[in-house]
Amino acid sequence: MSWFIRSKTPKEKLKVRRINIPEGLWLKCDSCREIIYRSELDRNLKVCPKCNYHHRMNAFERIDLLIDDGTFSDIDSNISSEDPLRFRDVKRYKERLRTYTKKTGLRDAVVCGKGTLNGIKVQMCVMDFGFMGGSMGSVVGEKVTRAIERAVSKRDPLIAVSCSGGARMQEGILSLMQMAKTSSALSELYEAKVPYISVLTDPVTGGVTASFAMLGDIIIAEPGTLIGFAGPRVIEQTIKQKLPEGFQRSEFLLEHGMLDMIIHRKDLKKTISNILNLLI
Amino acid sequence: MAGQYLDFEEPIIELEKKIAELKDISKNNGIDFSREIRRLHKKANRLKKHLLSKLTRWQRTQLARHPARPYAMDYINLMCKDFVELHGDRHFGDCHSIIGGIARLEEWSVFIIGHQKGRELKEKMYRNFGMPQPEGYRKALRLMQLAEKFGKPIITLLDTPGAYPGIGAEERGQAEAIARNLLEMSNLSVPIIAVIIGEGGSGGALALGVGDRVLMLENSVYSVISPEGCAAILWEDCKKVEEAAESLCLTADDLFKLSVIDEIVKEPLGGAHKNIEATASILRRVLRRHLKELLSISSKSLVFQRKRKFRRMGVFSE
Repeated sequence: MSWFIRSKTPKEKLKVRRINIPEGLWLKCDSCREIIYRSELDRNLKVCPKCNYHHRMNAFERIDLLIDDGTFSDIDSNISSEDPLRFRDVKRYKERLRTYTKKTGLRDAVVCGKGTLNGIKVQMCVMDFGFMGGSMGSVVGEKVTRAIERAVSKRDPLIAVSCSGGARMQEGILSLMQMAKTSSALSELYEAKVPYISVLTDPVTGGVTASFAMLGDIIIAEPGTLIGFAGPRVIEQTIKQKLPEGFQRSEFLLEHGMLDMIIHRKDLKKTISNILNLLI
Repeated sequence: MAGQYLDFEEPIIELEKKIAELKDISKNNGIDFSREIRRLHKKANRLKKHLLSKLTRWQRTQLARHPARPYAMDYINLMCKDFVELHGDRHFGDCHSIIGGIARLEEWSVFIIGHQKGRELKEKMYRNFGMPQPEGYRKALRLMQLAEKFGKPIITLLDTPGAYPGIGAEERGQAEAIARNLLEMSNLSVPIIAVIIGEGGSGGALALGVGDRVLMLENSVYSVISPEGCAAILWEDCKKVEEAAESLCLTADDLFKLSVIDEIVKEPLGGAHKNIEATASILRRVLRRHLKELLSISSKSLVFQRKRKFRRMGVFSE
């Protein structure tokens, strides 16, 4: 058996040369699983260059995308949640709020303010999914309502960019009431005849869809955005069937008459300013 | 409906059975048990009071979903006269989970609209377990706009597990239908009284709930999500419903303290299902009082006050 046993010791251990690659230079596309160079993705407005998947943007990235440089002013950024129910599940709500504030640098899931979009003065609400799934509680409801009220009094068009899992359970019934509050405020904007453009970005479900997000004079969605009242999992569990391909995606909603258009991220600003120029 | 009861109702049911037995015996044999019967009655009432005063939020939720609890149609039949049911949203279909029409309530003719659940399996399926499709909300809106056109007050009776999560419902814009109702209801120039009579299930209930007055029956619940849904998402454990119900603060008492509702409507001892007629007559009187108040307010200030009412909701710091 000597032929089978290696008699000589190996000459030299192969040196594995490690090159130091900084973390996070590359990432995997959430949709096509291709490896993409991060800076290429950022240059491409976070749209996958291979499959055109629109990756989520945080609130300030979105504002940079839509609002002219240096014109945005953040309003009501000091409003924060009070935990009126002293809600606790496996974690305390207060604790969750702290964690998300640390993670995102935001006090809650929406950034509101004013700025100009290709020179047009607008009021903006931009939701941030990174803060508790963009859920709407008292703070989101209040800030959105104030932005609507500013749009009414200043007669500035309103642009709301939604990105939300729905109402915030941790504020119970008060979260539900924010749906009525924001929708009721919008009726004033309707009467004032000031344009309201609702932009839907992946995902928009639950209480946000069933209130201000679906009430835009014009509703624009990004490609592939999940839009619905009930989430796909809940529907699947209820009807005990697999859902059809593309169900609740923006293309599906456009087909069913629920949207005005689907716009690629790179054309979003141009499209909005074009619409506003035609309307006002 | 007999024989349907919840675990914690058991001692009451037993006493009631005993009373019925004694009554039977005294009737058949001519023996006078009236003292015992009176004593047992008293005991049963004490027990009911005691049990109902310390119900957990989860038990209250079960009571709100009690299979024998009166539904919208029961109230309409008992409180109103000359009810004429109206159908259809004029766009797609007629949803059976929401009923509505014109009726006479006391001295007024009103539009009355409510979620409707079913009793036996067949009717439950017909009513889709009280979970409306978008057509239901659009029918409700159509009726409310008719009410405005003819200057009639609106009464809505809320009792649903939630809007139906189905393929067709999504295709036809469930979210849009609900959102549209919220916006339009806030602007209607006639009085609106919303009453939560059983389960106030999230957006599906709120879509009929933007009222000048929002009332809640004592044993009803109103919540942003069902305890089951909340347990599944936050606890990732469907069995944690009791904890979820506790955390959600969904009872009439809770909501009154949070200023989300204006009044709690008392139910007969043991709950609305113990005496449906009495419940309906209590509710009728309460509605009468509120209608009288609201009808004396000009439509302009009515809308203003309604908007201000919902504008104030929410708790935050600045």
